[in-house]
Amino acid sequence: MQQPLPDAEAQYCVPVASVNDIVTARLQGRGLAQQLGFSPGEATLVATAISELARNIVQYAGKGDIELRSANNGNRRGIVVVARDRGPGIADVRLAVQSGYSTSGGLGMGLPGVRRIVDDFQIVSDRQLGTTITVTKWRG
Amino acid sequence: MSVPILKQSQYLIATIQSALTDEDLLTLQAKLVQSVGKFRSRGVIVDVTALDVLDSFASRTLRDIAHIIRLRGAETVIVGIQPEVAFAMVQLGITLEKVSTALDLEEGLAYLDKRLPHAAASP
Repeated sequence: MQQPLPDAEAQYCVPVASVNDIVTARLQGRGLAQQLGFSPGEATLVATAISELARNIVQYAGKGDIELRSANNGNRRGIVVVARDRGPGIADVRLAVQSGYSTSGGLGMGLPGVRRIVDDFQIVSDRQLGTTITVTKWRG
Repeated sequence: MSVPILKQSQYLIATIQSALTDEDLLTLQAKLVQSVGKFRSRGVIVDVTALDVLDSFASRTLRDIAHIIRLRGAETVIVGIQPEVAFAMVQLGITLEKVSTALDLEEGLAYLDKRLPHAAASP
């Protein structure tokens, strides 16, 4: 389950190793979004993004973790979600974030969908080090 | 978390009661497809009111359920997609194309009664 990291405000790390952890991670994310005053609609977007990112980990890397933390930018509050795995990496990152592209027979909605529902989306992928996707969603 | 399936006349009603894992969704799919044959049902309602997230996998599974059940000769209606969930689905790019939806259980039953006059739950 979630383990609060020391010396950090509202920071959680959810290990993701099975489909059950997808549900745990998104519940945790929704909880944090609510704590930070996100509207129900925004909290649902955060939970949905986490769900897609966590599933990506389970599907392609087997295991990894989802880190959740609060962010501030002046008066704005937000959530940063970091999805990290040490899996095989993504061969073509540009292709992976294209709508409709899927190597798993899915809808190809996962990553491109996440990119649409968050404010900032960054992906770093390496054949040796795995994949880290960092997304930020600001409160409206 | 297993989803109870209620048989009412020629309809099956599956009410999802809490967040489901991918496996739970696939189990529901298998159970519904099987039950349609077993009970010779004409209509299926999947109530997702309790779901707070319908991501790409859950949406794809719901769509598959509707399509498979159509091939088995019955109609499926997804009911109770919450406003925030619907909003997030559209943003994500999910449309549930060619799948019937209704506001709630009551509307879903009314829809099936209209589509399947010979199977109406309350004649």
